[in-house]
Amino acid sequence: METRPPRSRLTRRTFIAAASTTGTVVVAGAPGPTASGEEPARPPGPAAARGDGTTGRVTFTLNGRRTSLVVDNRTSLLDLLRERLDLTGTKKGCDAGACGACTVHVDGRRVNACLTLAVRLEGAEVTTIEGLARHGGLHPLQRAFVEQDALQCGFCTPGQIMSGVACIHEGHARSPDEIREWMSGNICRCGCYVNIVRAIGQAARGR
Amino acid sequence: MSSQYPSAVGAPRPRADGRLKVTGQARYAADHGPDDGVHDLTHAVLVDATVGRGRITAIDTRAALAVPDVLTVIHHRNAPRLTYRDNPFPDSINPPGERLRAFQDDRVRFFGQPVAVVVATTLEAAQHAARLVEVTYDAEPPALDLATAPVDEPVEYSRGDVRDALAAAPVRLDATYRMARNHHNAMEPHAIVARWDGDRLTVWEKTQWVTDPRNELAAAFGIPQGAVRCYSRFVGGAFGNGGRTWVHSVAAALAAREVGRPVKLVLTRRQLFFGVGFRPAYDYRVGMGSDRDGRVTALVHDIVGETSTYERHEDDLALARMLYDVPAVRQEVRLARLNVNTPTWMRGPGWSTAANALEMSLDELAHELGLDPLELRMRNEPADDPSTGQPFSTRRLRECYAAGAREIGWHRRRPDGTRDGDWLVGLGMAAGAYPTERAPAQAHVRLDAGGTAVVRSATSDIGPGTTTSMAQVAADALGLAPWAVEFRLGDSAMPPAPVQALAWTMASVGSAVQSACGDLRRTAVELATGDERSPLYGEDPAAVVVRRGWMHPRDDPRRGETYQQLLTRNGRTHLEVTGGYEPPEESAFSMYAYSAIFAEVGVDSRLGMVRVRRLVGVFDAGRIVNPMLAESQAFGGMTGGIGQALLERTVTDTRDGRIVNAGLVDYLVPVSADVPEIRAIYLDGSDAEANPIRVKGLGEVVQVGVAPAIANAVFNATGRRVRELPIAPEHLL
Repeated sequence: METRPPRSRLTRRTFIAAASTTGTVVVAGAPGPTASGEEPARPPGPAAARGDGTTGRVTFTLNGRRTSLVVDNRTSLLDLLRERLDLTGTKKGCDAGACGACTVHVDGRRVNACLTLAVRLEGAEVTTIEGLARHGGLHPLQRAFVEQDALQCGFCTPGQIMSGVACIHEGHARSPDEIREWMSGNICRCGCYVNIVRAIGQAARGR
Repeated sequence: MSSQYPSAVGAPRPRADGRLKVTGQARYAADHGPDDGVHDLTHAVLVDATVGRGRITAIDTRAALAVPDVLTVIHHRNAPRLTYRDNPFPDSINPPGERLRAFQDDRVRFFGQPVAVVVATTLEAAQHAARLVEVTYDAEPPALDLATAPVDEPVEYSRGDVRDALAAAPVRLDATYRMARNHHNAMEPHAIVARWDGDRLTVWEKTQWVTDPRNELAAAFGIPQGAVRCYSRFVGGAFGNGGRTWVHSVAAALAAREVGRPVKLVLTRRQLFFGVGFRPAYDYRVGMGSDRDGRVTALVHDIVGETSTYERHEDDLALARMLYDVPAVRQEVRLARLNVNTPTWMRGPGWSTAANALEMSLDELAHELGLDPLELRMRNEPADDPSTGQPFSTRRLRECYAAGAREIGWHRRRPDGTRDGDWLVGLGMAAGAYPTERAPAQAHVRLDAGGTAVVRSATSDIGPGTTTSMAQVAADALGLAPWAVEFRLGDSAMPPAPVQALAWTMASVGSAVQSACGDLRRTAVELATGDERSPLYGEDPAAVVVRRGWMHPRDDPRRGETYQQLLTRNGRTHLEVTGGYEPPEESAFSMYAYSAIFAEVGVDSRLGMVRVRRLVGVFDAGRIVNPMLAESQAFGGMTGGIGQALLERTVTDTRDGRIVNAGLVDYLVPVSADVPEIRAIYLDGSDAEANPIRVKGLGEVVQVGVAPAIANAVFNATGRRVRELPIAPEHLL
């Protein structure tokens, strides 16, 4: 059985408020050990047992797998991914929504994980760089980034790619100027913009 | 000697670690955890001083310690005394002075100085508790103004008689250029994971030089250098700021020792404006004398730059001594002692600062004389290095000018610019140079019986693609396909390499890699020619070459054998060699890489907004090992130049030293919409004098001259000479 979340029309700003109203996601074939609660292999959030209203249980789909756990209400999606779930591909560049290094997809839209409280993700579908391509392959945009050398240090790259995939899906990759405009929330300090624009253009044309 | 076929070097090979980077599998400092043997990790958050100068009179940690999951708060009153052995250059790149120590006294030297560290089992608890630490200060007024702060004795340079030359010059210019402080703002914040095992310390550190944290942490804790192991395989950009080891790294290691568990400490973006270095601000006065034909006869450079009260960071500002054929030059550099963290190198260190002033002033002279700025530079092109009298190893700036002028369409330039609707359009150009530096380095190579090789050196890859380009050098020297060679770096236990900076990694480490791999190839060939069972038995080893792992006489490609066959038959699992590169003490040549930058800008006539419309860089950088990676580096340096010219400046509250734009919302760096199509051209060629790889270094020179080219284009477009960088709309309204 597979239940998809309702197609939402969320913006980055309204997402936090709206996330808790979406339905629970159960993906067939992925009941997994996490269905029972805490991630067994990772250090639990010590706040988990507190029961003083500073924690909350959240159940959402992460890279196709149902994930349910108790989180400190202050925990951002970014810190949850990095510090508890060991999904370190999503990077912390500014922790203030200004650089885009933490860009992930929530219900198919690009959001800054640093501005997204984990506890409000109930029922959401989250995709990170680790879940972009399946079966060990590369997403066409990942391949284009390598081919166009659209990276140097690579730190902003996961965020650029997640943002770029969304940019293409949004229909905002029809010209280099349009890509430049709609990718300007993702800073690359190594200065790979010329090649990032080329890579996104290549992947957009290949659709 | 290389009798080998160069096939890998010169090829545009994609990054060897590209797949790891696009899939999120590349692990940077803060990404290390259980998979790396780091268990029971705790989180440390720094508490920063909220005054710009003074003494700490009280620290109240009760509220912080009451936060659940908080383990400790460490500050100068409870921190153990640390050894802090002296650790000067060349063991470190600490500048002269007395370095800042982690919680060893009550003095506040600059706003944002770490004064305490909170350790907790969760990041959230540590962040929260850090805000609850109450620090009381006895504050004093900080020194923050470049113009009024106490300055050190000047460092002077002089040749010829500047006074006479200036007096005799029919055309004179006197202008002061102000350049803002720039912050590196690499996307990866400074971060460290520290773990003690007894008296041994392991760190995963963001650094451009794994040797530096090893030596600095060993010195701070009074333990042998060999007791510290530093890993740094992936670095999320650094641009100079990851060279030295900053105080937060000692704080993290101290915290780990105190709580008896591994600690992760990641600076916030805001803390990166206080807790690590920056490109210092400069007031740069240029006096210039010239004849009416544009021959510059005198140059005076009076420079004041920023440094801290406790260390002396000195940029190399020598550009004006060698770029043009000027008989009389006097330069005085003074450093102002400010209540700031110590500045450090930032891309094109010193040379880009000097180019900003020199190249803007030359543009002013060209305008004064009614001369084409390009022609003015041609008229001052020296035959030999005027600062040393030495011949240049290679200097092809004229060719750079010609190629750049062609590419940008320089002939279209009008003295008063042109117009495109609301946009005032201008063309500008500037030149630059950066010295070709070299340092001793070592590399180890192991060739396995399977026919693949692993090469290792304790260098870094902060973004240029060192992992890829070194494998190309190794592949040619070994006679293997590039895919059969893996280059590993970022571990202080590997053979030593210099800091990845000054654009000298390929010259230094590349030469060591080539030497080690060449030695290994010759070892294998001699093994074969001395082996009766080898088809190469009895051949002159010098006449045997290796291609794709197949050893054969140069004139008989069909007769030979593979490395695998040789090693397997001899029962050898592998061959290994450690080789090195030791640069000569002195050279008979003057060695520099050169840049010629051309910019086309549009200035909105009503808003004063500047847009770079086109940017062309032509570089004389010697041999190019990987054109694809080299192009990316040029794009990066030129993008950084756009930031220097138009966006980047640190704004300080002069009352207390607080940086008011300490974040990426307010400190603007170039984003995609700021950057047009860029054209980067490397002249074909190589420099045989420079080093065995024949490269001149490209990572720094690609940013030198970019900002003044843009500033000069703004002048051409508007007729307004802005002597301040970055140029902001308010300058043009």
